[in-house]
Amino acid sequence: MAHIETTDPNGYKPNQEIFSEVLQSLAAADRDIIAVTSDSRGSGKLVPFGKKFPEQIIEVGIAEQNLVGVAAGLAAAGKKVFAVSPACFLTARALEQIKNDVAYSDNPVTVVGISAGVSYGALGSTHHSLHDFAALRAINNITVVVPADNFETAAATALAAKTNSPVYLRFGKRVMSNVKEVNDDTFVFGKGRVITEGNDAAVIACGETVYPAVQAAKLLAAQGINVTVVSMHTIKPLDTDLLAKLANQCKAIVTVEEHSVYGGLGEACASYLMQHGLHKPFRIVGIPDEYTVTGSQQDIFNHYNITKEGIADVVKGLL
Amino acid sequence: MNKKDLQKKSVDYRKNILKYIVGAKAGHTGGSLSCIDILNVLYNHVLNVSPQQFTSPDRDRYIQSKGHCVEALFVVLADKGFFPEEHLETLCQYKSHYIGHPTKKVKGVEQNTGALGHGLPIAVGNAIAAKLDKKDYKVYTLMGDGELPEGSNWEAALTAAHYKLDNLCAIVDKNTLQITAPTAEVCNTDPLDEKWKAFGWAVKEVDGHDIEALKQAFDSLPFEPGKPSVIIAHTVKGKGVSFMENNLKWHHGVPSKDEYELALSELDNSMQKAAV
Repeated sequence: MAHIETTDPNGYKPNQEIFSEVLQSLAAADRDIIAVTSDSRGSGKLVPFGKKFPEQIIEVGIAEQNLVGVAAGLAAAGKKVFAVSPACFLTARALEQIKNDVAYSDNPVTVVGISAGVSYGALGSTHHSLHDFAALRAINNITVVVPADNFETAAATALAAKTNSPVYLRFGKRVMSNVKEVNDDTFVFGKGRVITEGNDAAVIACGETVYPAVQAAKLLAAQGINVTVVSMHTIKPLDTDLLAKLANQCKAIVTVEEHSVYGGLGEACASYLMQHGLHKPFRIVGIPDEYTVTGSQQDIFNHYNITKEGIADVVKGLL
Repeated sequence: MNKKDLQKKSVDYRKNILKYIVGAKAGHTGGSLSCIDILNVLYNHVLNVSPQQFTSPDRDRYIQSKGHCVEALFVVLADKGFFPEEHLETLCQYKSHYIGHPTKKVKGVEQNTGALGHGLPIAVGNAIAAKLDKKDYKVYTLMGDGELPEGSNWEAALTAAHYKLDNLCAIVDKNTLQITAPTAEVCNTDPLDEKWKAFGWAVKEVDGHDIEALKQAFDSLPFEPGKPSVIIAHTVKGKGVSFMENNLKWHHGVPSKDEYELALSELDNSMQKAAV
């Protein structure tokens, strides 16, 4: 397995580490903040949380269904609950609990899928979560959020704690540089962040694929192709106003995601565009429907062209 | 409420369960009749819930894990004044809130249930919250014996014992029948008491139709300090109507007009006998 960087000279960290830091600051000010874990505090970077706030962490052992059910019960009794477990298990094994006990029962749990996508790339398909957007998009009453970088992660975590309805937050393991130099915008669920602007094409990405999308825009700019890159951190509800605007101003649209090409960000965008008569050259970049290759997350991104070169080539192919 | 009053309520509840199932032409008849005495004692003797204080953070929580027996719950909630009983005339009708499983759209319902094996984990979460908040309320969940093979129950059972939730009480409505066949033939869970004990729970077994025995069991909670409690209630599916008792057909059978009238007369007679 290829080495995954855990330190960064600029002080950037994995998003799930930022999540843990923000959760600690929230927990210090509010005793109702509770983390529920399924032997996942290590991978969730919640060991310091557990040490500082032993009464605010509930450990259920390796039992994801129970994790979500218990979280729902805590939330129903007024706690602000973050149910933290690897996304692969949380959104598959415990999908019925997310659907019924959290979303349908409207218990305001923040379901936190860690080490998501192909973060556990070399561990095989059991440990990949390439289905979670699709599964959760089809469930009523849950906001699906995939922060791109440390800034979005901190903002999304703080916002989730204030949101009195179900939220899914999805994080990976990679050290993430901020995708925008100045983070002076406000972050709200359901409103995409425009990272770069250009009218030749729009690249709509989410999570850890926003960074290569921004790099692709830089490559293309050097070739005279100006691209709008959006961090579409909220998969549901989708920022359709922004999508329509981009469809009207750009010649082509490419979506990028660390998810199956079925049922994720790309198909969400395609569905809206098609049904609103916004017909532009369009391509979905993601993980194809096949026995997923293994290796590091970067190996897998390289294999499926989720790279600055790969994304730039797809954009050029549409223009 | 004394024993006679509670026994009369049980008869009235059974008559209403049948009335609204007949009206809806749908419902889980046998299981609602097996658990109704448990609900009667819970709502009329144990739980500190009422329509007036249903949003109180100090109220006891009741979560019906065997959600399909919602007719029993709705009939009791109507009697307790959570909503006018005539609302149940819309049971299972287009856009009615009174659907075939508990939903929070109906006042008095704590959690949406229906998929089996969900009540206990949620109840565990409620009970942990009570401990964290140092509140005295108790959490109750009613499970069917047929739903016990769901693994989530046993995950939650472990957590309840681990956190020493002596403010939690599970009740197993052990009517020994499920939709396919006797539970022992579908997936045998006996010896049930030993399983719960092995998972760290304190166990009592009672006749689930004996009002006094149920009262005594609930009054003696927790059965052991520092342990969650489970009441294994031995019940009869279809209890109270001779031709429904222990008959698989009535899992979700709907009585014909003649069967309904016969059932009502049996229930009335049982009340008269009790009065003598």
